[in-house]
Amino acid sequence: MAITFDHVNYMYQPNSPFEAVGLSDVSFTVPSESFTAIIGHTGSGKSTLVQHLNGLLKPTSGTVTVDDFQLTAKTTNKHLKSLHQHVGMVFQFPENQLFDQTVERDIAFGPLNFGFTNEEAMSLAHQAAHDVGLPDELLNRSPFELSGGQMRRVAIAGVLASQPSVLVLDEPTAGLDPRGRAEMMAMFAKLKADQQLTVILVTHQMDDVADYADQALVMAHSNLIKAGTPAEIFADPEWVKAQQLALPTAANFAQHLVTRGFEFDSLPLTAEQLAIQLRGQLPKEGR
Amino acid sequence: MLEQLTLGRYIPGHSWLHRLDPRAKLLLACYFIVIAFLTTNWLTYVLMFAFIGGVIFLTGLSFSYFVRGIGPLIWLIVFTAILQLLFTPGGHIYWHWGILMITSTGIQTSTAVFLRFLLIITMATVLTLTTAPLAIADGVEALLRPLRVIHFPVAQTALMLSVALRFVPTLLDEAQTIMNAQRARGVEFNNGGLIKRLRAIVPLLIPLFVGAIGRADDLATAMESRGYQGATNRTRYRVLKWHNADTIAVVVILVLNVVLVVLRHM
Repeated sequence: MAITFDHVNYMYQPNSPFEAVGLSDVSFTVPSESFTAIIGHTGSGKSTLVQHLNGLLKPTSGTVTVDDFQLTAKTTNKHLKSLHQHVGMVFQFPENQLFDQTVERDIAFGPLNFGFTNEEAMSLAHQAAHDVGLPDELLNRSPFELSGGQMRRVAIAGVLASQPSVLVLDEPTAGLDPRGRAEMMAMFAKLKADQQLTVILVTHQMDDVADYADQALVMAHSNLIKAGTPAEIFADPEWVKAQQLALPTAANFAQHLVTRGFEFDSLPLTAEQLAIQLRGQLPKEGR
Repeated sequence: MLEQLTLGRYIPGHSWLHRLDPRAKLLLACYFIVIAFLTTNWLTYVLMFAFIGGVIFLTGLSFSYFVRGIGPLIWLIVFTAILQLLFTPGGHIYWHWGILMITSTGIQTSTAVFLRFLLIITMATVLTLTTAPLAIADGVEALLRPLRVIHFPVAQTALMLSVALRFVPTLLDEAQTIMNAQRARGVEFNNGGLIKRLRAIVPLLIPLFVGAIGRADDLATAMESRGYQGATNRTRYRVLKWHNADTIAVVVILVLNVVLVVLRHM
């Protein structure tokens, strides 16, 4: 499902003392079944942008197109329900949205709201729980008895159960330990491949951008200032630093190596690319 | 949707009203609310509305902002006024059906209820818009201090008040986030009948309570770990100071009271 932003502006609380610009003339396209990362430092408009993807916010002017659904300032809330189902949103700390008596019922909550029968909803819930790696014996427990990481998986399953074709992830790994973070990202990559999802990831983790994204959008002060592949975004390390962003760990490491006399054709972004480029340059064993 | 309500919200500013002592503002707002009940004839209402108009002007905030802010509450006021209108006997009866009736006394009282309600809510809005929540808590503490004589826990009450006020915006933010998350899962908060809407509240309230209780727990731990043991004889960082402007404000409202009493008998 392709997504297009066409000159989207958004104003917070217009005509009040709290008036503030949320988005300013943002235009871009996300191809179907791609992985797009949105980066930029805190308060740059990332979260505002993603809330337009399923109509939680409506543009003050301009058009958001998700497949054949058009969202403008005039779209009424009644028409948003199908959009809510097609675009699944995983918010920051999604475990805060859990409320039902059992894990199973909490996951099935979305599908039930979108008009699936009880039976269908339960089977979707079981499937989604399996997809996020929750063991079956947890399904009849209260979500509030689980560990933080498990709660987050329940919340993500609750979004996946409605069978969205676009998955929006707003800092899904915030607060997880490094291993939990790696597992979570690998899980999203697998979900994307298995279910042909279009994934949009808001993140501060540049390694995740380098490892997973096909395309990255850089936001600053409510504007979209750069769009391109991770290689294009990170090609100019000075510019990246000027935007108060970091380089991926591998790129950072490579830059330090350059000062020690190593040479790279292009800046490696992932550990794998770094290893390949280093292979020929390391002194041979036994010499 | 939640951000529309202005009652209970503070807008930082530097107007004359912003700079008044919170004790003065609390006293004056209460005083105004009491004398709002002295209104009888149209002259007194004109006076009171002119006064509140002047006060709004002094806040330095736009008039339309007040109108829109009070908008969501207008239905509550109208509802109260309609009850008064339909259930007050006395005077000339224009219309009646069962126990419902519209009488001349009813029209008078419901108009009075409507206008006084409006005055009171506007004044309360002015107070909270121009006074930082912590300043309100300080003001309340200072005003309640005499009650210490009868062993009323003044400091603890003030602390509870400031903690509660401090977490209003946090909880509103959290409510908005949870609402968004549940809307994304297909909950419709603004559609459907009463039962359906009430049901939609459950997935909002449960996470909100869970979050609030967790937060309270964290706060208690943080306070204890920093050595909080009841609020006995604490010195304060923000010391309240009574200025000339505060005295002037008190004089102004006393004059208003006198004029009001005079106009009542005209």
